[in-house]
Formats: sequence, structure tokens, C-alpha cells
Amino acid sequence: MSNRLGLAKFIGRRLLFGVVTLFLVSIFIFVATQALPSDAAQTVLGRNATPASLDHLRKELGLDRPLLNQYFGWLWGIVRGDPGNSTATGVPILEYIDDRVVNSLFLLTLASAVSIPLSLFIGAVQARYRDGKFDQVSSFSMLGLASIPEFVIGVILVIVFSTVQWKLLPAVAQFGTDKPWQHMDQMVLPTVTLVLGAVPYISRVTRAALIEVLDSDYVEMARLKGAPERTVLWRHAMPNSLGPVFQVIALNIAYFAAGVIVVEFLFNFPGIGGALSAAVGSRNIPVIQFLVMILATVYVVVNLVADVATILVTPRLRTRVS
Amino acid sequence: MTIISDAEDNLDGALPLPQKPFRPPGVMRVALRMWRTRFGLLLTTALVCFAFFGRYFAPYDEDQFIGVAMQAADSDQLREPSLFGSGKLGFDIWTRFLYGGRPILITAFLATLLALILGTIIGLIAAYNRGKLDDLLMRGMDVILAFPQIILALVVIAMFGATNELIILTVGLSTTPRIARIVRGSAVAVVERDFVAASEALGEPRWRILKDELLPNITAPLLVEANLRLTFSIGVIAGIAFLGFTADPIAANWGLMINEHRGGLVGDQPWGTTLPVIAIALLTIGTGLIGDGLSRAAGGVDRQRGDA
Repeated sequence: MSNRLGLAKFIGRRLLFGVVTLFLVSIFIFVATQALPSDAAQTVLGRNATPASLDHLRKELGLDRPLLNQYFGWLWGIVRGDPGNSTATGVPILEYIDDRVVNSLFLLTLASAVSIPLSLFIGAVQARYRDGKFDQVSSFSMLGLASIPEFVIGVILVIVFSTVQWKLLPAVAQFGTDKPWQHMDQMVLPTVTLVLGAVPYISRVTRAALIEVLDSDYVEMARLKGAPERTVLWRHAMPNSLGPVFQVIALNIAYFAAGVIVVEFLFNFPGIGGALSAAVGSRNIPVIQFLVMILATVYVVVNLVADVATILVTPRLRTRVS
Repeated sequence: MTIISDAEDNLDGALPLPQKPFRPPGVMRVALRMWRTRFGLLLTTALVCFAFFGRYFAPYDEDQFIGVAMQAADSDQLREPSLFGSGKLGFDIWTRFLYGGRPILITAFLATLLALILGTIIGLIAAYNRGKLDDLLMRGMDVILAFPQIILALVVIAMFGATNELIILTVGLSTTPRIARIVRGSAVAVVERDFVAASEALGEPRWRILKDELLPNITAPLLVEANLRLTFSIGVIAGIAFLGFTADPIAANWGLMINEHRGGLVGDQPWGTTLPVIAIALLTIGTGLIGDGLSRAAGGVDRQRGDA
């Protein structure tokens, strides 16, 4: 009972930290935008601005209100899911963004669904046949993969799979208003790029965590009682090495939230990452603010879930919490 | 491996004299015995030399037009002979390639250096003081960590434009928490050691304890982390350039070059993209190999991506 209470307390504290972090992030974004030499009204009107029209638009956009007032208005808008209109087109941001959120989420889900089982498997085989051929070769290639920046991996994939030599896969993802799952061929390269960026890290930690557990007494016990090595690995050792693995998985899913920016740009993928770099290029402040808040939220939530999951799979920590 | 544990044993046994600060075991020397470190060092040195001095062997000026844009080397649209043909705006690809590495290397190096200095100071202070200050500093670091590096960089660029100083500052500051964490983690154990208590008893000023007692004892993990951060900084900075944000859009830059010439991949001018891709890949593999050698030498320091 007290155990459960301790857990709830821990989750509550973690949740609070997440909320505080997001709050600070929102303040940072808002303050950073205030530092701009020109405000939203000037951006919209551009060079044709007259003092009168500027005044009028400022009133309309609420820029004449006190700063604190503006900040909470903006924050409330985001929490409500109504971040206002894009300064570039005047279209509500949500209308411009909502398909993109779905597309990016699909890409992220696909990349996670491939990379997590794949890395667990690779890590397990490496740990099982430690220092064997497979372990050495795969560890070494993982090291290389982990060092190369993601966009470079992506470009190499494009060079290999979709240029003159072999035109196997489309080099750009352009499905317009279709759903991404209707064009799985275009999903391959962006997904593989993200997967190749994540697998080295997850598999490395899986391998290390598993090796530690495989050397422990209770695993020896399981072996001695005659359990086949496969059972020992997956039933006895794996559950106990999941703690650190969860952490790294979370870091990497969170990392996808940033990785999508470069990868979506590279493949012209219509997602929020591509939208962010476009918005930065055109200094479309409301869009930047909203997208950064979305990405930061994904980041914070994923880390939160991982911390809680780690506690749940680690009995040792579970008791220490209470 | 045995070398390290021996050194560790010595470290426990030796009583450090105040006049003669303890010399840490030579991680670098141990690492250099491994072929992967040597190979990495070779790759890195070669590419750094190439990026820094290649420009003095360039056949043309950085912004010299040699003919119609995006032509293969044998095209008759070129006024001048060219090794790999012309790129965007009619520049010589080979020349641009020779010029394009230095800006990335310099910014990445300075950003890492900034993070290294700040992160070490913050980490050491947190580890030595513990308590409230430690909590405050490390929570603050956690908040910065809640912001993916490249997103932070993009926000700053959107606000103030892409200048070199800003890119160095943003990448450096967002790398700081990662280094601070490692430093704090390694230094916390050292603070408990007797020789630190001895220095305190001798009335050494606080900054001297940090500098002379703590710092020399965490050089190994610090070196590993610094290398890892350099590798990532190169990636982030090249990535920002790839997205099209550089201080000078006309200046040659590998990241920008990859983006500008992507169209040529399907045409007959693949070199504008292929050359810088190979260079960045080899460079980061090189620094990655050095880092792996160092971390093996430092013994079981896990490489993790505290990144994104």
C-alpha cells in the first residue's frame, strides 16, 4: 500500500517537473519572440505599413495589451488548441498543421516500431554470443553509424537506392493530401534513416545491460537448473535489463522529435519538422512558437513515460521510491 | 583493461603530496595502443588538414565562376577545365569542396570548447557543494536538456538570424548540460576521497580544490565526453547548414553544399553532394573511433546519446 503511494508520489513529482519544464520552455519562446526588432504586425504588413494601419493591426492582434496579458493569452490559446493564425498566409495554424502532425506521428511510430524490436534483437544476439564474429562486426558498424550525422546517412541512402545506379525507391515523399500509409514506398527511406540513427544506441545499451545481467548469480542458477539458453536470455535476463533500455528508447524517440526536422527536410516529407524549418526560413513566428511547443511536449512526455516505466520494471527502484 | 585497474589501485594507495599534483593515468596513451584509435586519429587528422589547408591548393577562387551551373566535368558549357564539374551558380565543385570544411570545423570546435569550459565549471561546483546549489544547478541543466539542440538552434536563428557567434553560443550552451552531468557524476565520487579532505584541512581555497584536486581526477571521462560532444556538434552544425542556415550563404560550406546540389544526384552532377557527404561521414567516423578508443581506455564509460 505504502509502496503504491510512493510510486504515485514519484509520478506526481515527475509530472510536476514536466509541467514546470514546459512552462519554462513557453516563457523562453515567448520572451525570445519579444526580442525581435519587428513585431507580428510589421511582419504581416511589411513595407506597405503606415503608422495608422500598424496601429489598427496591433489592436486586432492584441499587441497593444500588456506583455503578461499577451503571454497568458498565447499560452491559453495553445493549451486550448487554438494557436491563432499564421502571419505569412493568415490561415489558422491548426488548419495548416493538422495533417502534418498526423504524417509526422506516423513516421515516428513507424521508425519506433522498427527500431525498438530490431535493436533489442541485435543487442540480445550480441550479448548472447559476446565477442563473437557477429558481435564484433555489428558493434563496429554500429559505432560508425552512430557517429555519422543523420542527414548524411539519409543522403547516402538516397545516393545508393534512388539515383542513377539503382532507382529502387523514391527519393522524395510527396503524397500531397493523401495519407502517408497510402504511399508506403515513399515512407521507406525516411523511416530507415531514422531507424539507422537510433538502432546503434538502443542496441548498445541493450547489449551492455544484458551482459551485466547474464553474469549474475540468478541467471547462473537458471542455467544450472537446466533452462535452455534461449529461455534464460528472453525470460530471465531480458526483463531485468529493460530499465536502462527504456531510458535509451525514450531518449531516442525524443530524439526522433528533433531528427524529423532534418529528415523531413531531406525527403520533402510533409510533416511538422519540415514545417518548422520552413517557418524559420520565413520567420513565421506564431507557427514556430506552436511547433516548438508541440515538439517540446513530445520530448517531455516521452521522457516522463520512460522514467515511470523504468520504475515499474525495476523492483529495486520501486521499493526505494517508497 | 588490466592496465587501467592497476592504475586505479595505485591511485587508491598513493598519498598525493600537496606540492606535486597527482598525474592521472594516461588515457590517451592507453587509447593509442588500440588500432581503432589510431585509425580514427588518422582519418580525423587527414580530414582536418584537408579542410584547413586544402584551400591553398584550390584551382580557383571560392566564388569564381567557371561556366554554366551544374555541369559535368566534360561539359562544353564550362569555360575552364574542372575536375568534378560546376555546381550551383557556376562555381567549381572541387574548389568549393576544398573551401567548405573549415567553417564547420571551427564553429563545432569552438562550440564544444565553450561547452567544455562551462560544463566542467558547473559540474565541479555542483559536485563539490552538493545540497541546494547542486539541486538548483542540475535542475537548471535538466530544463535545458528538455530542449532538443537543433530546435533550440532553429528558434535562435529565427529570432536573430544565423551568425557564427550565435550558432557557437547556442550549440555550446545546449551542449553544456551534457558535459556538466558527466563531470558532476564523476566528481561526486572524488569529493569523498581523503585527499580532498586533506586539502580542505590545509585551508586551500575552494577554486584550487576544484582545479587541482577534482579536475585532474576526472580527465578520463571528460576526455571521452568532449570527444563525443565534438562529434555531435559537427553533426548539428553541419545539419543546420544543411537546412540552409549559414552566416554567409555565398561562402562554401559542406552542409549547405549537400543541400544545394541534391538535384544533381539524379542528373549528371552527383559530385556536389557526394564529395561533402563522404567527407563529413569520414570525419565523424574518425572522431567516433577516437572516442570509442578513449572510452575503452577509460574503462566502461558508456557512450550514450544525451542528445537530441
